[in-house]
Amino acid sequence: MGPGKIRHGQVFKIRDCALLAIATGNRAQNLRELRDHLQSIHPDSIYHHFWGGLMRPKFVDPEYSNDFAAWSRHGLHDSILAERLGVLDPTEFDDLESLRQELVEVVEARLDESEHVSWSKADQQFNFIRSQIVVFDTHKVIPAPEALAEYLPHLSVGSVFYHFVDARRRTPGGGDDFREWLAEFGEQYVRLRENLAALDYYFVTVAELKAELCELFRDYFAFQAPA
Amino acid sequence: MKNLLDAYSAVAGDDVISHLRQLAVPLRGLRVVHINSTRSGGGVAEILERLVPLMRELGIDAVWEIIEGDGDFYVCTKNMHNALQGARVTISDEMLHAYEETNARNAEQHRSMLEEADVVFIHDPQPAFFLRHCPRRRGKWIWRCHIDIARPYRPIWKYLRGELAAYDASIFSLADFAQQLPHAMYLIPPSIDPLSEKNIDMSDAEISDVLQQLGVNPEEQIMLQVSRFDRFKDPMGVIQAYKLAKVFLPNLSLVLAGGGASDDPEGAIVLDEVRNAAGGDPRIHILDLPPDAHRAINALQRAAVVVLQKSIREGFGLTVTEAMWKGKAVIGGDTGGIRLQVVDHHTGFLVNTPEGAALRVRYLLHNRQKLADMGIKAREFVRENFLLTRHLREYLALILVLTHANGDRIELV
Repeated sequence: MGPGKIRHGQVFKIRDCALLAIATGNRAQNLRELRDHLQSIHPDSIYHHFWGGLMRPKFVDPEYSNDFAAWSRHGLHDSILAERLGVLDPTEFDDLESLRQELVEVVEARLDESEHVSWSKADQQFNFIRSQIVVFDTHKVIPAPEALAEYLPHLSVGSVFYHFVDARRRTPGGGDDFREWLAEFGEQYVRLRENLAALDYYFVTVAELKAELCELFRDYFAFQAPA
Repeated sequence: MKNLLDAYSAVAGDDVISHLRQLAVPLRGLRVVHINSTRSGGGVAEILERLVPLMRELGIDAVWEIIEGDGDFYVCTKNMHNALQGARVTISDEMLHAYEETNARNAEQHRSMLEEADVVFIHDPQPAFFLRHCPRRRGKWIWRCHIDIARPYRPIWKYLRGELAAYDASIFSLADFAQQLPHAMYLIPPSIDPLSEKNIDMSDAEISDVLQQLGVNPEEQIMLQVSRFDRFKDPMGVIQAYKLAKVFLPNLSLVLAGGGASDDPEGAIVLDEVRNAAGGDPRIHILDLPPDAHRAINALQRAAVVVLQKSIREGFGLTVTEAMWKGKAVIGGDTGGIRLQVVDHHTGFLVNTPEGAALRVRYLLHNRQKLADMGIKAREFVRENFLLTRHLREYLALILVLTHANGDRIELV
């Protein structure tokens, strides 16, 4: 079985993961430096600043969903740029390169319309970080989708991240592992797969995402159960 | 100690311990060596005291050794420490010679163990030159920096950098502290030990007893700052904030608890200034505590109604973490690692002036529900991010990365 594969026949193997943050050594103190680094930084760093935050706990109402927007607001005190960057939803982009281009576009547009370049204080520079992911086997095997519905409340935050968020970088169709697995059952779980595809997970924490997944599976199988 | 993991499970959660056990499976039997400069006193020793037994309980063959030197060595490393934190300190060639000699002698003593080890953690600059004395090393060597080196004094950093470049990886507490090195620079924040004397649960009766021993009336509404008497911690600003808030909160008391004044000439000067600024106010308690007054600090943090850490400059600020773990909202200076912990309006407030601190004290004491809610969030935030178990998880993940493969994905499946 190759790396990243979570299926074996028609069982689902639960994996878990841990993320490690690595400093790239690249820093930006003003908007022009941010733009320059965005043009050349490794795509993993862009991934980290959009998705790495999901593995950090957030509060019920996170102000911004990515680090670039948060720094624009709190480092540069540029609320207009923060709002424009904050609305970027990485799930709408085909890949990280397209996301990078849009980021650069937004920043350049702001540079064009600004009289002067915004600066942050020396101790509030933007630090470009990337992450490494360590994936490991929990040795928990789910025999059928109904059993997954029962097991979901016991899933760790790392497992939810791996199977639902990280999966989009690994699976051929850019979907999550649950849908990939359900597809093996043919037409049987089409509606469940549609429901999963419709789940908007970018603005929630992983803990909230887990709660939504539990509800989605529970509702689906409650509806399917014979009276 | 057989049940250390179970004890942590009770405070950190079963899932956290289960996660650690799974991460440790591929690491069983690995020889991991930690080297630092002291077995007691200071944050590094406090962490290793628990971390090493926890690693052993997970099946890792972890050992902890220290570097031992004479007076010149410690003077040199103290100066080095200050220089890395930005002080313009000149270290003589004789001092550097003593430093390098001490490293050579200690490395020689532990050479076979170090060369055989799978992973070696060198903590801070004191034993940094061990690596050059272990030419047949077969494992991965990691330099763990616990110091704020955001703006080091360049000549000393340049001297150390030449040696550190040969390591396989380094670890910094915050991204701001990371310096340019030709290897992966991991970011792992420090942590507190929830089972240590400084953080373990205390009964109300115990808290009350300790406060009375310290001369503090447990019935007072305590506004607390725990820190060394150091200008960067802004104790004068805290007194000013107290005086501004006191006008509206007559039952308010201030406790400034710290140490370091006895062996630090500047600390003694700051302590005198603080006493003068207090001006004989009986509700201002200035406590110059010994370094091992862990239980006193624990009791004060638990008794406080609100905790301040109004630093102007701060490395990480573990006193903030300790207070948050005790369910306290923290009013912190908008600087360094405090920003990582005090999430404005969620776990406390970030402030820049004594006026700002006074305003937030008044606000919280008039909004008790908000104060309580922030305290609950603060404790959960620490549980998820800044307990020793998270620190251990990241060390395990790092060892896995370094011993198994390179690249951004390590799949142990």
